[in-house]
Amino acid sequence: MEKQKAHIDYKNPVISIRNVAKAFEDYAVLRGIDLDLYQGENLVVLGRSGTGKSVLIKLISGLLTPDTGTIEVLGQEVTTISDKELQELRIRIGFSFQNSALYDSMTVRKNLEFPLVRNRKGITRAEINKAVEEVLDSVGLSQTINQMPAELSGGQRKRIGIARTLILNPEIMLYDEPTAGLDPITCIEINQLINQVQQQYNTSSIIITHDLTCAKETGDRIAMLLDGQFQRVGTFNEVFNTTDKRVKPFFDYNFIQ
Amino acid sequence: MDPVSSTSPTKQKKRSKFSQKVSDFFFSVYNIHLFIIRFFREAFVPPFEFKEIIRQCFEVGVRSFTLITVTGFIVGLIFTKQSRPSLLEFGATSWLPSLVSIAIMRALAPLVTALIASGKVGSSIGAELGSMRVTEQIDAMEVSGTKPFKFLVCTRVIATTITIPILATYTGFIALLGGYLNVAQNEGTSYTSFMQQVFQPLQFLDFTASLIKSIVFGFTIGIVGCYQGYYSNKGTEGVGKAANGAVVTAMFLVFIEEIIIVQITSNFR
Repeated sequence: MEKQKAHIDYKNPVISIRNVAKAFEDYAVLRGIDLDLYQGENLVVLGRSGTGKSVLIKLISGLLTPDTGTIEVLGQEVTTISDKELQELRIRIGFSFQNSALYDSMTVRKNLEFPLVRNRKGITRAEINKAVEEVLDSVGLSQTINQMPAELSGGQRKRIGIARTLILNPEIMLYDEPTAGLDPITCIEINQLINQVQQQYNTSSIIITHDLTCAKETGDRIAMLLDGQFQRVGTFNEVFNTTDKRVKPFFDYNFIQ
Repeated sequence: MDPVSSTSPTKQKKRSKFSQKVSDFFFSVYNIHLFIIRFFREAFVPPFEFKEIIRQCFEVGVRSFTLITVTGFIVGLIFTKQSRPSLLEFGATSWLPSLVSIAIMRALAPLVTALIASGKVGSSIGAELGSMRVTEQIDAMEVSGTKPFKFLVCTRVIATTITIPILATYTGFIALLGGYLNVAQNEGTSYTSFMQQVFQPLQFLDFTASLIKSIVFGFTIGIVGCYQGYYSNKGTEGVGKAANGAVVTAMFLVFIEEIIIVQITSNFR
């Protein structure tokens, strides 16, 4: 299915990252990166394993703090805001984890209700049920409502993980390796779901992946992370139309193999 | 000669390992201290997770109930049986119910309950939170704008602090039942007479001290289990270490607390 043209406001960045560096002990993962995510855009961050892609979105969501630099999300500086402000900001950001991170002691219904009940004060039972049914319907898994996470397939878990973030109507979505460990058909379905979320919920997204098919199908822009810095940023063709020996093999392996 | 250069590299290595262990120990003590402060800061501020606290109380109770029943009964039975020969030498077997009740109510019931709960409940909390950390479920709660510490840690610590004193009281009565069966079989003492002798030597302080001890033990088991799990390292090895650390540390601390509380309460006698 062809990706619909997104309405991107290039004058309005929802995330602005400036000179961010992060090191773990002696190993510098990110070395002074700059990046903007614009309103309505799907930005794919590509890179090899261990290059700091997941670290980047954990910094954006405040799960990690950078050693230097600034991260502005929806007009708020993540590194300096109070815990309460960070908690409120996080409600506006959806985070889809690599392994879905579903609460395995709760049913799908309880998983979806969990963030809703705790963040929407005074919400009625009828409103909760309606929100859960709607969001499950939008990811096409209404039939799993009473199942436990252990009873779901990998693709279903990914979808429920995305549904759990969508239930709070986030303005920004952060996807950590959305197609990792899935079969090709399920990968296509997840890619379509990411595009559907962008259109239906009008979200701006950062998609972390090393799957070039996912990057090509979902990304409006691609940012290639190499050696702790963004070496190439642009459309898919702009990024891979290069003779750079660090970038070319990435493309060749994914599409020639 | 320079004293440093005269030390062999092996000795230096051993010394640095030792100093690393010492500094790790003090670092852990400092972190647990912060963890406890955080618990008190978050546990008594709304919104309260009453449903989850009740669910956790039920979990703690159910997890240990069978084992505590069996162990409590055996402890009472064996303690009575082993004490008889010594009392028999002085012709004082009629004091057996009083001796058993003092030993059980003052020391054995809270201690046995705490040790069993450390194994069953502490390890289970450590492993559960550890696996939630490894599978990023705790991170998922945090990024969805909820407070995982309040939902996962505060509820479990409150549950163990409430449930373990109840279990300790239950253990006390089950152990007395074990003691009674042994006394009834050997001395033919009636149930009413046994119970009269059981409660006669006990003072209000005994019950209070026992209750305070159980509350402290329950809090310790909850805090240690949660701390080990909540800050467990990534990977399956981290989950195992969290479960193991929860049991070993909680048991060790329970004994230390037992000594301290006994010292304090003996000043009031």
